Amino acid sequence: MTNYDALIIGGGHNGLICAAYLAKTGKKVAVLEAKDTLGGCASTHEIIPGFKVSGCAQWLHQLSPDITKDLQLDLHGLKYAARNLPTIALGEAGSHITLDGDGVEGSGISAEDQIAYKRFHGKMLKYAKLLRTAYEQRPPKLVESNWADRLTLLKLGLGMKRMGRDDMSDFMRLILINIYDLMKESFDNPLLQGAISLDAVLGTALGPRSPNTVFSYLHRQIGEVYGYRGVSQVAGGMGKVGQVLASSARKEGVDIRISARVTRINLEGSRVGGVTLESGEKLFAPLVISNADPVTTFASLLGFENMEAGMARRVSQIRNNSGTAKLHLALKGLPRFTGVSDAELGNRLLIAPDMNYLERAFNPIKYRQYSPAPALDISIASINDPDLCKPGNHVLSALVQYAPYAPDGGWEEHKQTFTNIVIDRINQYAPGIKDQIVASELCTPADLEKDYGMTGGQWHHGELSIDQVLMMRPFPGCSQYASAVDGLYLCGAGAHPGGGVMGLAGKNAAAEVIKRGNQA
Amino acid sequence: MSELSNDTMLLETPFHSRIKALCGLNDWGNWAGYTTPNAYFDVELEYFALRSTTGVFDLSPMNKYRLTGPDVEAYLNRLITRDVSKIGINRVGYAIWCDDAGQLLDDGTLFHLGKNDYRLCAYRRATDWLQWCALGFDVNIVDETDEVAGLAVQGPTSCSTLTAMGLTGLEHLKPFGMKNYEFEGEVLMVSRTGFTGDLGYEIWITPNKAELLWDRLFEAGKQFLIKPIGSYALDIARIETGFLQAGVDFVSSEEVIRPGRSRSPFELGLAWLVDFNKPLFNGRKALLAERDKGSRFRFAFLDIDGNKPADHSFILKNGKQVGTVTSAAWCPTAKSNLAFAQLEMPHGAVGEKFIAEIYYQRELHWTRLLAPCTVIDRPVFNPARRRKTPAIAF
Repeated sequence: MTNYDALIIGGGHNGLICAAYLAKTGKKVAVLEAKDTLGGCASTHEIIPGFKVSGCAQWLHQLSPDITKDLQLDLHGLKYAARNLPTIALGEAGSHITLDGDGVEGSGISAEDQIAYKRFHGKMLKYAKLLRTAYEQRPPKLVESNWADRLTLLKLGLGMKRMGRDDMSDFMRLILINIYDLMKESFDNPLLQGAISLDAVLGTALGPRSPNTVFSYLHRQIGEVYGYRGVSQVAGGMGKVGQVLASSARKEGVDIRISARVTRINLEGSRVGGVTLESGEKLFAPLVISNADPVTTFASLLGFENMEAGMARRVSQIRNNSGTAKLHLALKGLPRFTGVSDAELGNRLLIAPDMNYLERAFNPIKYRQYSPAPALDISIASINDPDLCKPGNHVLSALVQYAPYAPDGGWEEHKQTFTNIVIDRINQYAPGIKDQIVASELCTPADLEKDYGMTGGQWHHGELSIDQVLMMRPFPGCSQYASAVDGLYLCGAGAHPGGGVMGLAGKNAAAEVIKRGNQA
Repeated sequence: MSELSNDTMLLETPFHSRIKALCGLNDWGNWAGYTTPNAYFDVELEYFALRSTTGVFDLSPMNKYRLTGPDVEAYLNRLITRDVSKIGINRVGYAIWCDDAGQLLDDGTLFHLGKNDYRLCAYRRATDWLQWCALGFDVNIVDETDEVAGLAVQGPTSCSTLTAMGLTGLEHLKPFGMKNYEFEGEVLMVSRTGFTGDLGYEIWITPNKAELLWDRLFEAGKQFLIKPIGSYALDIARIETGFLQAGVDFVSSEEVIRPGRSRSPFELGLAWLVDFNKPLFNGRKALLAERDKGSRFRFAFLDIDGNKPADHSFILKNGKQVGTVTSAAWCPTAKSNLAFAQLEMPHGAVGEKFIAEIYYQRELHWTRLLAPCTVIDRPVFNPARRRKTPAIAF
């Protein structure tokens, strides 16, 4: 008995995108979402009644334009409250700098740094373009590669060659090193160094001196290749992305079921046969495509005992630590940041005064402690999107680096203290904001894990490090969306090319499912 | 000034004092970190003791893992390629296990001691792999290599010897069966298993009773011409009967460094141990693909003309090398010159003829011999007494 051609576990953005692409080819697809909202990390959340904020991801800056076009997201209601927002790196006593495209301005920024930034931005864009080549198709296998894989490798090789010898060798040098060293050799301005470093470590459990952070920066810069200039803000909060994708998927004929938590992936003999829901209901399909992270998919839903031991071992070794928490504030008035004009208040505000500050903020999580002075990526979304709360009120959200997944003593004991630390930190840059707070809410990595079903609270469903990208993502033998278990696929951030509301994992997975279906 | 240490790098087995007293040749080898005798007095006489009376071989260095817990049968069924549920309590099964690529990690014997209670004897240290395999299973894994001493008692008079030692009713034990006896307040576990292809038993005891067991065994076996045997004699016997030796006839895929040097069960003539009716076991997917697409190599028994053992020989077809020999011996009882060969596919069908390129030396003079050879179905040595139950008394 078969209900569907494919069941998709999780109605995150990648799940919905994968479903829509599959449905376009006539497949009968159902998306099964545990929560009562869609979009996964693209969510809108109410702090308290009347104060809405993006619950997990807060900016849209990487969504693939192909997906926007193919799935007609504009038609389905995707609207921006603000596009191409500059980033303001907040300095002491209002001495800020502003990054906008390839320009940087502000107090204390030297002409040399301005020229260097322009050059740096161009170079990173070039490298990110090369990544794009790899990101928009399944990652090639290095051994036993077929023609499709060879073509990808060839394109990558050609892309590198085309950059010219100097850029190519520099790319090879940079891809494994850390953002700290790159900043040291590129700029003098500590605010500029700090701001770029923060971009390189957001969502990771890495510090600026950790190897691999240039790669994570390039991953983020994919957005610039896709025509985003800085970050953008979706009208209605990021949850709107989920709604729009769901609307598009439904139009293609996808059945979407909310409050339908999958508790088990079922096997029929040695291949996938369907899933069991929390309610006990069983659904049958020859294909199960998981938008859940690989550890949840394989360890919890399938079970280590249902795969070969080498695969279980790989799954158990996935590194999925996160150092990122999320703060939400409901405010009864417009906050004032020293030196930031009202017109600039809707921009992206960073607190990362210099790289050592950031590295010191990182140090404690290695020992299961939280930062006494964290770094922040702040969005006051209600400035650009007044509908998020009542007039006169405001909402602020911030990505907070760094908080451990499980501090010694447990979050129960530390959460309020850490919340106060983060708020105090903001208050230093926005004096008086403390008195405007109506409600506050801190989501630790453990909370993000619980609320969004991401193991470790890791945004990317597995650290985006060189050992876990491309043909190693999420682990060798599972890198082309299909797992070793026949019929079981991955389509989430844990698969190539990783997270950030980009959608390519879902799109590529659909392409792979379609391709294999045609072969069979 | 440093003092000379009495510690040797190699460990001694619980039978060492007795073995040392009998090991006239003082010819020792290293088996899995233990000092073990290569030969006691004469390799050929030791071999003939195995085939004509009783030979005793110290098995203690064999890696032994006790596997227990509610999930142990499911765990083992995922670990090994055959169906574990078909090995009943008090039965023993030969078993192989593979990695996910369907390449052989090791072979061994699985003893079903009781409900949810097994012992796995393995050629290689296996703790690491066994632990990795435990992910998702409620099993308990204990390395009991040092806690169980073992002797192989093999040959036509082995049953008589053990019966004379007081193991009454042993003749009714079927091949691959096992039975517990009481020995000086301890459990003596006896299994009708062995590595010689003949009537024979393996007996297992706690180390503190090992020496006493040895003494009683040799006392009881005196009238049945019992002899201790070393690993050289055992090697001839196991080749004669067609048993693979891990590390010799295949290299564990965990130890292989060069690509293509590991082997699948199909490439070692072990397809009979692979049960695709099981929905899952390590290597299943890769082995299924190999079954459909074909293997790279074929394992073959070669009957070689003449009496020069074809050790490490190249196997030629029309002058072109198509394989190599992994084990070879002149087999005295079977009176055949046998070799185990790895042949490139499609070679190796029963009856196919090849040339073995044998090099041997007499008084520093090397001779190259091109000996015709033929693939045979199975080795000649396969006496009926091996399987007869009740065991025939000699």
